[in-house]
Amino acid sequence: MTTAVATAARAMRRPARSRSLRPWYRNGTLVAGLVIVGLLLLAAVLAPLLTPFDPIEQDLQNALQSPSGSHWLGTDKYGRDVLTRLLYGARVDLRIGFLAVLIPFVVGSVLGALAGYFGGWFDVVVMRIVDVFFAFPFYVLVIVLVFVLGAGESSIYLAIAAVSWVSYAKIMRGELLVAKKQDYVVAARLGGMSHGRVLIRHITPNVLSQALIYAMSDIVMDIMAIVTLGYLGLGIAPPTAEWGSMILDGQEFITTQFLQATIPGLAVVVTSLGLSLLGDGLSDLLSPERRK
Amino acid sequence: MSDTAMLRVAGLTKTYSLGTSWLSRLTSRASGTLKALDGVDLHLCRGEILALVGESGSGKSTLAKILVGSTAPSGGEVRYRGEAAPARRDKESSRRVQMVFQDPYSSLNPRLTVGAMLAELLLLHRVVPRREVRAESIRLLNLVGMEADVLSAYPSQFSGGQRQRLAIARALAVRPDVLIADEPVSALDVSVQATILELFASLRAELGVSILFIAHNLAVVQHLADRVAVMYLGRIVEVATTAQLFAAPRHPYTRALIDSIPRMTEASVNDEFELDGEPPSPYDVPAGCRFHPRCPLASEICVANDPPLLPVGPAHESACLKAGELALIPLPDTPQEHR
Repeated sequence: MTTAVATAARAMRRPARSRSLRPWYRNGTLVAGLVIVGLLLLAAVLAPLLTPFDPIEQDLQNALQSPSGSHWLGTDKYGRDVLTRLLYGARVDLRIGFLAVLIPFVVGSVLGALAGYFGGWFDVVVMRIVDVFFAFPFYVLVIVLVFVLGAGESSIYLAIAAVSWVSYAKIMRGELLVAKKQDYVVAARLGGMSHGRVLIRHITPNVLSQALIYAMSDIVMDIMAIVTLGYLGLGIAPPTAEWGSMILDGQEFITTQFLQATIPGLAVVVTSLGLSLLGDGLSDLLSPERRK
Repeated sequence: MSDTAMLRVAGLTKTYSLGTSWLSRLTSRASGTLKALDGVDLHLCRGEILALVGESGSGKSTLAKILVGSTAPSGGEVRYRGEAAPARRDKESSRRVQMVFQDPYSSLNPRLTVGAMLAELLLLHRVVPRREVRAESIRLLNLVGMEADVLSAYPSQFSGGQRQRLAIARALAVRPDVLIADEPVSALDVSVQATILELFASLRAELGVSILFIAHNLAVVQHLADRVAVMYLGRIVEVATTAQLFAAPRHPYTRALIDSIPRMTEASVNDEFELDGEPPSPYDVPAGCRFHPRCPLASEICVANDPPLLPVGPAHESACLKAGELALIPLPDTPQEHR
């Protein structure tokens, strides 16, 4: 009873300070996501130090070994250590996943923001292009583009950028449509500020969080796309360690050496889980008012 | 009516055309255009507090938006100190007329501290040199009854009344000549309303700033405003000094608004001018006097004629064909002190 009164009194003295009530490290989802993604990144960066084996060099005498003291996850059909290839594969898949998000994030957000803020013919043109891209399923378009551009890392970046900027454009346009009607934006304009200043200094900090949160799940999509392309033989050229091609190589031995295909698949699942948790946690942290 | 007016509008109209896509034609029965403002004449004198009162949808907020330049009028003109205000306002012309918004929760940028918010405006308009920005910010805060220690705080740390004070400080930062306050107290608790009303009165006294105070409730402005303009369906129907308006309203709509102010005495309840129903749709303004469907005095001439705003006494104008007749009907009593 006394505690309740004291709490109520405290709440009255500090109204609406929810944003800073809980420090970020008390947000379990965010911390879990950070730990998983952090460990994965660390493993990718430190791969050469973590394993004595080479991910590409073949050792046919030791092909298709079961897990042992020296090869913790066994070896593949060319005698290469599966754990080593998993770690080196993380370098490729995570790098492309994170980098591939940058271009569409920037391009899509800027185009969407301008379309939403200024409206008019620019909005019409941008959104019709968005509609065209949206009409195709993500994977179909990525696969077609990579097929046309030729396999390889730069094609993957281009294909993903061309396909996924539309999501950022849609998100930011919607955010801007709401934000530009807000009184604080009108007030900034009445204060004599230019459109550029209002957009960058007043609107962007308030609306960017949604695009940022989406980017986390977009990285998951991109990694899935890279792995899918690798599995289809359209991704990174074969000797390079990559999770998708590992699954492809491993599946012919699924009945005898099931780890070969399962382990890289699990790596994708864990990465996705980590990024999803991170996105969820960020969403709690950056826009608590949108979640009940 | 002299050239001392800070702000003057003449024949101001604002129409919004309905969407003409096939979908909106199919789904809505109303058609054509919405007349938010239908010929508004009004002036605001130097250092005056003019109240603009009317129901929701009467066009008050549209008028406010046009006055600050965030919406362009469809017709008529806005004059600032006798000069036509430019359609597209530059930094300097937007500085002179500032606005205080109704909802103090959406009018402050949640990501800017109070200090950053004020400093940006002070520097942008070079109100004071850089090294005096802090002192000037504190002066502004003191002006609205707040202390220097809030400079580093974010808007979320304040209550509605405090936020409205901060919004007023922001509007004053650029040293405007005119403040447009769009229902600045209607989102606040009744207990807080009075303190904000007092703040507006003290700002006028200290700074000599002209204030257009918009409200939907006559009682709120009774003790604040010098003059009151009553708006109905996009037009001013009566303008008078506050004392004159409350003592002898010359438009039945004003009379109804005064009668609707809650009073303490049972005997004074008067339902003769009680308004029935909602105001008509602004898509379909009644012919003749726009108030006639709800007016207890209406007769055939009111259906046939659209009355202009005409003088009915010194500094008193009314747009009613029966203004003379109305003057003969005594008020039940003077409204009680009401805050």
